Amino acid sequence: MSPLIARDLRLALRSGGGFGLGLAFFIIVIVLTPFAVGPDPARLAAIAPGIAWLAALLAALLTLDRLFALDWEDGSLELLALALPAEALFMAKALVHWLTTGAILAVLGPLLGGLLYLPMEGMVPLFLALLLGSPALSLIGAFGAALTVGVKRGGLLLSLLVLPLYVPVLILGAEVARRGAAGLAYDVPLALLAALSLGCAALMPFAGAAALRASLR
Amino acid sequence: MRSLWEYANPRLFMGWTGTVLPYVWALAIGCTALGLVWGFFFTGDDFRMGSTVKIIYIHVPSALMAINGYFLMFVAALIWIIRRQPVSALVGRAAAPVGLVMTLVGLITGAIWGQPMWGTWWAWDPRLTSFLILALFYLGYIALWEAIEDQELAGDLTSVLAIVGCVFAVLSRYAARFWNQGLHQGTSVPVATGGRTVDDVFFIPLAISMAGFFFLFVALVLVRARTEVRARRLSVLSAREGA
Repeated sequence: MSPLIARDLRLALRSGGGFGLGLAFFIIVIVLTPFAVGPDPARLAAIAPGIAWLAALLAALLTLDRLFALDWEDGSLELLALALPAEALFMAKALVHWLTTGAILAVLGPLLGGLLYLPMEGMVPLFLALLLGSPALSLIGAFGAALTVGVKRGGLLLSLLVLPLYVPVLILGAEVARRGAAGLAYDVPLALLAALSLGCAALMPFAGAAALRASLR
Repeated sequence: MRSLWEYANPRLFMGWTGTVLPYVWALAIGCTALGLVWGFFFTGDDFRMGSTVKIIYIHVPSALMAINGYFLMFVAALIWIIRRQPVSALVGRAAAPVGLVMTLVGLITGAIWGQPMWGTWWAWDPRLTSFLILALFYLGYIALWEAIEDQELAGDLTSVLAIVGCVFAVLSRYAARFWNQGLHQGTSVPVATGGRTVDDVFFIPLAISMAGFFFLFVALVLVRARTEVRARRLSVLSAREGA
């Protein structure tokens, strides 16, 4: 599994790999928000946690359609499936996706939230929410990518399949960030969010592997 | 005696559904007509809601079948994955558009009811929101069926999606409750506790209407599944002709 992770990380880091793409997209959404809703600091501060989550969600979606599709097109996915169980293949891909989007956004997202007047005390909760919630985003997204791997131009279909599945993560993640920014206790939604990520990590590989095996048959 | 599974063999399935279908249609039309006519013309107005209460005879049965339609897809997906009965994949495919329409009917009648009662067509209430998400789940499932040409593969992938989607539909339902307390009242007919808050005057026509919508759903799904079986036979025949 680790050679595959190392290979995918190398591919992502080199030119055309789309490593910074998610982050750049996140920044652009944050920068465009004041143009859409006006520069009023109070209003921006109120919506900052939610916008940060929406931007993270869409940034995660951005690189999903190439997760399996690139390897599928040149046939290497079939070879990888010979060397590894499909579950491990799925987990490796989801992990690389998380490392290249979710992990970076968790670290830089709260700081960029400062552009939207996210209060200081809201930064740690937003960091925790993104850190514990983004694995679920990557795992659910990888499942959607596994479903649509054989579909030509599956990008739009992928978003239609994945975005409704993101609803619980979004609700809980934004709740943590909102409560944190308002100075309230946020341990309950945070625990539920972590549970969601762990549950996805435990069960999604089997669903994703079933989809991959069907497509590779 | 035959095993239950043999009735899912496409040829036998066509046989027994052909026999049963007229009765299901009769029950569907009879119960729906009886429930709706009784509800609309022979029950009084609610003392608080006035005549808008009559929307319940469409709203509740369609919402009921919207949820159970997704559950049917879940069961059909399990059967397809475990036993690979071809008809079960077709039933899942046949149920999705019917369930989607039921969901939309529930949403639209709810909006029409909400306007006079809550003063708004739409509110971001957990129940309303979960239903909107349910509609999106139906849309995704239908879109995935349409996107894949290989029927076997489409059956596999949509089944996995239906199972995962079912889990996430339940998760969304409870997460949404966490997110916002709503306007929508709790259920008036709790099956588990039996503490009904609807008087018999309203409940009997409602129950008949629910039965009517149930049979209507079954009839539509059977018709669509039979059409699917025929369409597949036709494609096999035309493939043979071409070869």
